[in-house]
This record gives sequence, C-alpha cells and structure tokens, in this order.
Amino acid sequence: MTLETQQPVILPRYAGPRFWHRPPPPHRSGSAARASAVPLADPAPAPEVRSAPAAGRAARFAAFARRVTARFGLLVAFAVLWQVAPALGWSNPAVLPPLDAIVRALWTGVTVGTFANDIAISLQRSGIAFGAAVGIGIPLGLFMGQIRIIEHSLGPILQLFRQTSALALYPVFILLLGLGETSKIFVIFWATLFPILLATIGGVKQVDAKLVEMARVYGASRLTVFRRVVLPASLPQIFVGLRLSATTALLLLIAAEMIGANSGIGFQVMNAQYNFQIPLMFAAILLLALLGLLANLVLETLQARLCRWSRIKD
Amino acid sequence: MALVETALAEAPQPERVSDDRVAAGHRAGGAVTIRNLSKSYVLNGRPFPVLDRVSHHVAAGEVLAIVGASGSGKTTLLRVIAGLEAADDGAVLIDDSPVHGVGADRAVVFQEPRLLPWLTVLDNIAFPLENRGATRAEARERARHYVGLVGLADFADALPAQLSGGMAQRVGIARALAVKPEILLLDEPFGALDAMTKLTLQDELSRIWREEKVTMILVTHDLEEAVYLADRVLILPREKGDSTREITVDLPRPRSRSEPRFVQLRAALLAAFGLH
Repeated sequence: MTLETQQPVILPRYAGPRFWHRPPPPHRSGSAARASAVPLADPAPAPEVRSAPAAGRAARFAAFARRVTARFGLLVAFAVLWQVAPALGWSNPAVLPPLDAIVRALWTGVTVGTFANDIAISLQRSGIAFGAAVGIGIPLGLFMGQIRIIEHSLGPILQLFRQTSALALYPVFILLLGLGETSKIFVIFWATLFPILLATIGGVKQVDAKLVEMARVYGASRLTVFRRVVLPASLPQIFVGLRLSATTALLLLIAAEMIGANSGIGFQVMNAQYNFQIPLMFAAILLLALLGLLANLVLETLQARLCRWSRIKD
Repeated sequence: MALVETALAEAPQPERVSDDRVAAGHRAGGAVTIRNLSKSYVLNGRPFPVLDRVSHHVAAGEVLAIVGASGSGKTTLLRVIAGLEAADDGAVLIDDSPVHGVGADRAVVFQEPRLLPWLTVLDNIAFPLENRGATRAEARERARHYVGLVGLADFADALPAQLSGGMAQRVGIARALAVKPEILLLDEPFGALDAMTKLTLQDELSRIWREEKVTMILVTHDLEEAVYLADRVLILPREKGDSTREITVDLPRPRSRSEPRFVQLRAALLAAFGLH
C-alpha cells in the first residue's frame, strides 16, 4: 500500500479568471506556437482595436457589466428571492426570515452582541489548529516525500488515521483532553493535518526527476536541489492541501463548538436555534460562510503570488 | 591503440584553441578518452549489455557525433561521460583524469529543455552559475550575455511556459554554454523539434561552436545532423561486441547541406546502416 495524494475534488487548484480580470493575453503555447523557433513574434497581447475614446469607454463599461452579471447575476437573484419570498407568502418568515432581518441581526450581533468575541474565539481555535497542522504537516511531508522508506512504512498508518473520521474521534479527545479548548483545537488539528501532509508528500513525489537530474548536472547541492527544485515544484500541490484543510478546519470548528462550548460562532448557531432567534441563527451561518470565503481568498491570493508560473501553463 | 590516442591528444590544434578563448577563461583542455567502456542493465533479472568495450578519443575543440540504432547505447555512453551513470568497466578520461560523477568541466543539453518553470529565462541560465559560487549579480550578468548569444535577449524575463519549444531549447543551450564547459554534451538536442526549427537551431549551434570553440559530443539519430555538425561521426554497432565505425567529415564550415560532398558523406553514413 502506498500513499496517494488526496485529489483536489472539492477545491480546484485555480478557480479561473475572476470578473475583474481582463481575459489573459494569448500566450505563445500550443503546437502552432511551439513549431516556431524564430523569436520574432512579440508575446504581448494583440493590439486592441480602438475607436473614439468615448465609444471605447462605453464598450468597456458594457463588457464590464456583462462580466459582473455573468459572475454575480445568480447570486443577486438568490438574495432577491430570499428577500421577497416571505413577503409574497412563498415561505414562512418565522423559519426563513427575509434577508434584511438577517443582515440586521448580524449587525446587531457584531455591534452590541457577542459576535466579535465569538469570531475572535473561533478564529483562535481554528487558527491555532490550522497553524499547527501547517507547521507539522508541510515539513513532515517534505521529509517523508523524499525518503522512500519512511513514506513506505508510515503510509499505511497514515491512511488509517486519515480514514478515521475526526468527528468520531472527538469523544475520545474529550475523554483524553477534557472538555476545554485543548480537545477542540486538537480535533481540528487532527482533521486538517492529513490533507496537508498527504498533499505535500504527493507534491514532492511528483517532482520531475529530470529536473532534479538537470540540477545535479549543473552543480546543485542536495540542499539547493531541495530549496530551488523540490520545494517550488511541490508548492501548487501543497496549496491544494492547504485549501482543503482550511475548509475542513471551519467545518470541524463548528462541529466542535456545537457539541461542547459556550462561545464561538458554532455555539451561536446552536444557541440561537434553541432560543428560536432565527434571524440570529442565519446571521451566524452567514458569518461562517463569509469566514470560509475569506480564508479561501487569502490562500488563493497567496498561491497566485507564489505560484505565478504554474498558472501560465493552463 | 593507446599509443595512437596519446598521439592524437598531443597533436597541436592551433586553429581550434584560439588565443581569445584562452583569454576568456577557457583552459585549452577538453579532450575526452573513452577506454574500454562496458555497461549493462539488469532486465527481468538478467544482465542486458548496452555498451560492450567501447573505446574512442575526442580531441579538444572537436565535434564528435555519435549515431547508432535505438538500443545501441548512444545515450548511455553520453550519460557515462556526463557522470550521470557509472560504467561497469572501463573509464572515461578528460585530459587524462578519470571521470567520477558530474563536474563543472562538462555541461549537458538534454532532449527536453529541462528548464525550471518558476524561474525566468535569465534566472534559468544563471542557476548553474549560482550553484558554482557566483553571486546573483555576477551570474545574471553572465547569463545576460548568453541569452543574447542565442538570440533571446528580448525574452530574458519570460517564463519557460511562454516560450516555444525551439526557444526553450535555445535557453537550454545558453545555460550549458554559460558555465563555460570544456565539453558540451548534447543528447538528441533537437530530436523533439519540428524540421524547420531543427535546421535553424543546427545552423545556430554551428555558429555558436565556431565562436566558443568548445569540445562537443552530440548524440543524434539524425544522420544529416551528424554530417552537418560533426568533425567525425562515431557509429555504434547494432550487435554488442562488434567494433565501432567512424566517418570523418572533411568539409569546411560553414557547411551546405546540398553540396555534392555533403550528400556523398550522408549517403556513406546511410549505407553504414544498410539504407540508401
């Protein structure tokens, strides 16, 4: 049995151009461009055809509007539907309150309620756990991926741990570590460690042996090969693991806070439901979604900065 | 045989080792002696010979092409000279000292460009120089000279993914030359390129060789390429243990692919493979 990289089913490596990005310039790739070795053609984008400035501006605005609509049209429609459905009698406002009530509850929760504190404590829990998973998972994965025998003998037990649901182990962690912060952080750490570790191992194992050989021919020491070949080559794969883990961290955070906590966003969801404060409950859920989006955005930006080269290929 | 090799190695080569090459930091070395080289791989538990007692000599500044049917061991021979693989028996000597592993006196151009995708063209060429102790600034300065030599000055800051196959291979050649090797080893360098690009790069390599005067050992399956670029063509035998053959290309440079003597030599090489 060998370790296999978890495939990025949930999170694609690169989510495609966002609405504010202009379409990328055509790169000189593909068979037609490859056929030519004469370095005369400029790789810059083809010159744009420009008409009068005003008309150009209007056309650009129209193009921008089209992109925004294509990107966010459905989201806006969903929000509008949510807002008007209770008023039109399509849904029960007691169960599905209109959007403005939820946003108001969110605002009150943040300004006068305990939401700020809840966000802080939730971020602390998931942050410590995620940080520990990154700090242990990436170095360990880099090490394991390079040394076949270690990877070979640790593989089966890692697979066993990975396949054991962290939620199922939560009661065990509570028994061992008590009902306090430690068990919550540990269960999140447990669930986030494996995607990072396995993605890193997979990334290192996928490094092109021909590039490593090239580096050897050209005088690279073992450390240089690691630093300048293995590490950059595995970075895109590592980011797949990081993004997967970030999502898992929030998921486990909520579960842990729902089971045994008296603060945190997960606790607020449950608490609001017990007290039938439905707008507050939805506000807490919305907050979680926003946190997830934010985490993904941070990682995506970081990846775009560190792995600029890997996007040009696609 | 050994006597002949020594005589060859000591033969003066005034037109090949020019003064400015010495001034540019080149040592007047780069002679390669292949002595009784044997190597076999283990295939299905049985040894499978690839090279069987191959001997040859390449003088400093000379261009040797190695041709042979697939499986004749030409790439393996090159890899042993490069120090990427060890021979089972025999030795490779460079200026009379035996090869153990890779070294700064040799550079390899691979069939694939093998550029680091996260480095720019310039940094790819600077990479070996930094490995050998140059500061980043020095390395980039020297890299800039070589990126110009292969005609890619405008692409110094491009990433490999933005280059065509031919351009990427030029970067590979620039990277090899930038380390100022005594011996340039080329492993089917144009094998993956289309016909037109290949001819262009052959011309370019021929020009660069005349400028840099480095010893070149070129493995190729393209017989015309061998005649066009090499001083001598070494033909590895199909049957292991048979002796190698050699054709001397007595054509002045720059060469023309259509002149009668060229066509004649190409025919002679084809005939060595039983082709017409």
